[in-house]
Amino acid sequence: MSRATAAGLVRGGAFAGAAVAFPFVVHAAWIVNIGILTLMYATLATAWNLFSGYTGYISLGQIAFFGLGAYTLAISFEHFGIGSGYNPFWALPLVGGGVALASLPVAWIALRTRHMTFAIVTLTLLFVVQQLAFNLHSLTHGSSGMMLPTPTFGIANYDRPFYLAMLALLLVALALCWVVLRSKLGLMLLAIREDEEKARGLGVRVTGAKLVAWWLSIAVTAMVGGVWAYYLTFIYPESAVDPLVMIGAVLMTFLGGRGTLWGPTIGAFVLVPAQQYLLTRLGASELYLVGYSAVFMVVLLVLPRGILPSLRDAIARARERQRTGGKRIARSQAAA
Amino acid sequence: MSALLEVEALAKRFGGVTAVDACSFGVPDGSVTALVGPNGSGKTTAFNLITGYARPDSGGIRFAGEAVRRPDPVRLARSGLTRTFQQARVFADLTLVQNLVAALQQPWWAAFRRAVRPPERARALELLDEFGLAGLAQERAGNLSYGQKKLLEFATVLMGKPRLVLLDEPTAGVNPLLVEQIEERIRDLNSRGLTFLVVEHNMNLVMRLCDPVVVLDHGTKLAEGRPNEVRNDPRVLDAYLGG
Amino acid sequence: MHDVIQAVILGVLIGGVYALMASGLTLVFGIMKVINVAQGALVILAAYLSYALFTHLHIDPFLSILVVTPAMFLLGVLVQIVFVRTLRGPDASELSLLVTWALALGIEGVLSVIFKTTFRATNPSYANRSWDVLGYHVGEVRVFAFAASALLLLLLSLLLTRTRFGRSVRATVQNPTAAALLGVDERRVSTIGFGIGVSMAAAAGAVYGVLYPFNPGSHYDLISRLLSIVVLGGLGSLGGAVVAALLMGVTEAVVAVEISPTWAAFSFFVVLLAVLLVRPQGIFGLRERTL
Repeated sequence: MSRATAAGLVRGGAFAGAAVAFPFVVHAAWIVNIGILTLMYATLATAWNLFSGYTGYISLGQIAFFGLGAYTLAISFEHFGIGSGYNPFWALPLVGGGVALASLPVAWIALRTRHMTFAIVTLTLLFVVQQLAFNLHSLTHGSSGMMLPTPTFGIANYDRPFYLAMLALLLVALALCWVVLRSKLGLMLLAIREDEEKARGLGVRVTGAKLVAWWLSIAVTAMVGGVWAYYLTFIYPESAVDPLVMIGAVLMTFLGGRGTLWGPTIGAFVLVPAQQYLLTRLGASELYLVGYSAVFMVVLLVLPRGILPSLRDAIARARERQRTGGKRIARSQAAA
Repeated sequence: MSALLEVEALAKRFGGVTAVDACSFGVPDGSVTALVGPNGSGKTTAFNLITGYARPDSGGIRFAGEAVRRPDPVRLARSGLTRTFQQARVFADLTLVQNLVAALQQPWWAAFRRAVRPPERARALELLDEFGLAGLAQERAGNLSYGQKKLLEFATVLMGKPRLVLLDEPTAGVNPLLVEQIEERIRDLNSRGLTFLVVEHNMNLVMRLCDPVVVLDHGTKLAEGRPNEVRNDPRVLDAYLGG
Repeated sequence: MHDVIQAVILGVLIGGVYALMASGLTLVFGIMKVINVAQGALVILAAYLSYALFTHLHIDPFLSILVVTPAMFLLGVLVQIVFVRTLRGPDASELSLLVTWALALGIEGVLSVIFKTTFRATNPSYANRSWDVLGYHVGEVRVFAFAASALLLLLLSLLLTRTRFGRSVRATVQNPTAAALLGVDERRVSTIGFGIGVSMAAAAGAVYGVLYPFNPGSHYDLISRLLSIVVLGGLGSLGGAVVAALLMGVTEAVVAVEISPTWAAFSFFVVLLAVLLVRPQGIFGLRERTL
């Protein structure tokens, strides 16, 4: 195992350890609640990055599958009865895998278009799924929303199972990103991002690679939706498929650094508490939308590459300066 | 020699302009065939049609005896037909080794194996060495000079062990030393059994290196034969000089 | 059959208004490869402006076009200079998607603060009048809206084909490098083009408020429609946007009548996917994979 790999594993382990300990150490429910929200966004952003960051195809519709995951779980409760307590958590992989599978035909059609068209088609998909949630009354109760049974987790530590479930999903997402990046699939995705036409000409199975990355990303996203639905016990179309959540996750990825492993998580850890603060202060008046918009603008216009890449660049430049600083002096001495 | 690639009556119009029309020629197995012609004669369009980057209005190709119904870059590459581009294209943010290993055609079940495995790295380094780029193996491909990028691109298409390589102006914009190096590589690889179809403007190079030579003019084949025959063909002289 | 034709009439009339909104969107993409996700929000902004002018100064919404359009042209120019022009690099197009989305949110936020989220509608006296043509019910306002849209689209096409500026625009759309080499000022074309795109939306917005009730959140509904239209028509193609807009209007209206109103929007998405399956570049778009 290389040094970089070992260092990475240590970082991941430290993070996981601290994160697991958090809800057992902190007892204020509202803080754990923010923790759940942060983990949720971190996972959504990481899953989004797994596809959009590595392939370069910006998808603006992932949240549709978050909603589909939420509704699938709610519908399963209502029509199939998947038990209570911890059982629904075990149903999540099925939900995730199923939603991802169902999304493949649409993804296949969308991925044949160029990047801009793809972004728009996925954005349209977002609205269409929201529409479906409204329309399919018999299944989703339309605008009245759906109730999920409240689990019997005890008032004192009610949030903990959800927190741990979200954390588990985040770790799964991070692990997936890590594995994919180091694998041939990752190499294919990077090649596709760099120059898709050239990759084709070399025989890289471009469509297949994109679809695999898509499937993984969607599966995780849908599972997050499921946990969220179970946590809130009540979902309705606008909350399940919320464009603001979508753009939030994208923003966090941009802030942290697209195409990096920890970028989206860092972005989430910075922005979610800030977002919650904004909401409590400005939420009553609709000013929080304006605040949101302003934060977004600043991030995109001032720091488009994100924190991690900019940091790495700065460190690299500093090292470069150290390296060549000495040589430059020597050369000018020689000239003189 | 039988034809490894047969181009049959390819035609392509863009709006009102006929780029290629009734274009037919053959690339004999084991040869270095040249595709030449004045500017606008349809060479690049023909290349794009053959390699699946453009859809022909009519006509088709046969590769290794089999008709290719709908040329598609991925399938063609995996059956042994690959190409380089006029403007050298490399994966800029990847290292040279990564560039090469990305071109290894993997079966689907290899997707989750390590990105660059030791035998693959070794093979990549070997190839880089043949092209004189071994010292830059871990360098970011985007940092290479134009000439180095052309060499890298040439090396990359060889990773998949192709049968036919289409080179799109391999010596364009490149210094004379590099031209020699590229010519040397083509000769060497050809002697080991690789077939080439080369679009070129450097007539000296074509006369030295290639046989047969196919001349295109206004999208259709004007002449096809040994370099000396073609060079002395009055129609060819007319096309290049006349008006 | 009668119902279907009635629906088609309705669809064409509303399609014309969508065409006007979409024309601005696709024009801007053609010039600078930027998708203005705020187009819907700008339409709603114009609707509010027109509504305010009507409620407080009793200016007829169709007349307010003369005021609202130039005002929003200036706003568009400002937006382009401040937000869009600063985007650089290989992802500029995709970044623009996100920046304009943020802008749309900002506009929605400001409108919510000023006007709250109650639904409004501009109600001139003739709002509910209609004519009876050959047994078909044709709303007066819808006809006026369609006529105004058609007129403005005609003016736009004349601008693009008959004026020097229009030639600069078309040159930039077809080949930005060549256009620049020939002396076209790309910055001016981009800025003015963006302004024109926004003013098209503004004009449409002024009349939109008479046709449908709206609130700050209505822009989502609009932009999702407009995006589908421009993709279906082919990004950058004006003719495509018009055809696609009419197609959308008719499809939604017919589906609403024959099947059910709730499925109208979904049916258009199906049409979009079906077309993209066969032609990923849209109806009039240029072939996708260029080298």
